[in-house]
Amino acid sequence: MKQRTSTLLAVAALTAAFAAHAQQPAKKTAPPAKAAAPAKSAITEEFEKFREVLEEDNPAELFEAKGEDIWKNRKGPDGGSMAQCDLGLGAGVVKGAYVQMPRWFADAGQVMDAERRVVHCMMKYLGYKEADIRKQPFSNVNKTPDHVSVITYVAAQSRNMKIAAPQKHPKEKEAYNVGKEIFAFRGGPYDFSCATCHGADGMRIRTQDLPNLRKPDQAIRAYQGWPGYRMTGGFMLTQQWRMNDCFRQQRFPEPSYLSDSVTALLAYMTVTANGQVYKGPGIKR
Amino acid sequence: MADPMKIRAQMKGDVADIRVLMSHAMETGQRKDGAGNTVPAHFIQSITVDVGGKRVLQGQTGPAVSRNPVFGFKVKGAKAGDKVVINWVDNKGDKRTDEATIG
Repeated sequence: MKQRTSTLLAVAALTAAFAAHAQQPAKKTAPPAKAAAPAKSAITEEFEKFREVLEEDNPAELFEAKGEDIWKNRKGPDGGSMAQCDLGLGAGVVKGAYVQMPRWFADAGQVMDAERRVVHCMMKYLGYKEADIRKQPFSNVNKTPDHVSVITYVAAQSRNMKIAAPQKHPKEKEAYNVGKEIFAFRGGPYDFSCATCHGADGMRIRTQDLPNLRKPDQAIRAYQGWPGYRMTGGFMLTQQWRMNDCFRQQRFPEPSYLSDSVTALLAYMTVTANGQVYKGPGIKR
Repeated sequence: MADPMKIRAQMKGDVADIRVLMSHAMETGQRKDGAGNTVPAHFIQSITVDVGGKRVLQGQTGPAVSRNPVFGFKVKGAKAGDKVVINWVDNKGDKRTDEATIG
């Protein structure tokens, strides 16, 4: 029997090919911008094709599997497990919980975003130490911390569900309003605010189109990206990391991990994206 | 112990479309850590794929392949229900074998 095989792709090769392409001048001229929706540049279109190919085989799945294992099998020193963790829909319920945070958690007396809640539970039930988590809150090339894998798993359990961050509790409303305020707050050596780059349609940094986070259909683009697998380096990064990096890019002081201000910004972004469909952990170049 | 692979195997017409995600650091041996010491090379060296008990792919890979690599290939002559067994061995002798069934 004749069998033919062909090796299709290695991610590294694709990445390199794309980088080369991005440096060439755009072949197609962009169609004239319509008043309502800003025209997509040829580069953005190429980007989207590239992302589509990779979404099918997103290595985020490897971290999802690790997170699932911790969620289901890990035991704390007192015999606790994540089955006791309430993500807002009842103890141990993961399905759909991610797209319904940030929300008010009475047991903690705080509005918490998904990452904050997951870390809270891992400390409470699995015996993780706050000091250890703060030592390395975000992934780097050497290590992806356990809580990042768990967040990836939790996020993946809301794949293809509608974002529905609650706004019933007064504290949830407060978080949204504080976030909205921070979004527009100008400061730092460049006199930047989040809104400088993300407050109007059609903004970009070099070739990167930036979403206008005041609009639902664009806020989803930012929401969708994180947690995401970053191919440069090969690790998972979370929404908290992204927000931290926004602070850095604005030359603001670095927020402490899981701070109220970041939760407020996430509340503002998520509530703005309410009603949009979340497609699961992202992939970034 | 290495982390499990993720294997997807699906019939597309009369050809089996197999995709595998491997969890591996794939260190090139060129990178230096924070202290300036070279991070030793650590990469998958050989890959084999058996479908329905028959060897269909044998590959040698090196440090040019990305971290957490994805491989995709198409196999003629396979049918739904066939067992796919994928194995890799790295340069430190660490290995991993995972199985899936073509759907």
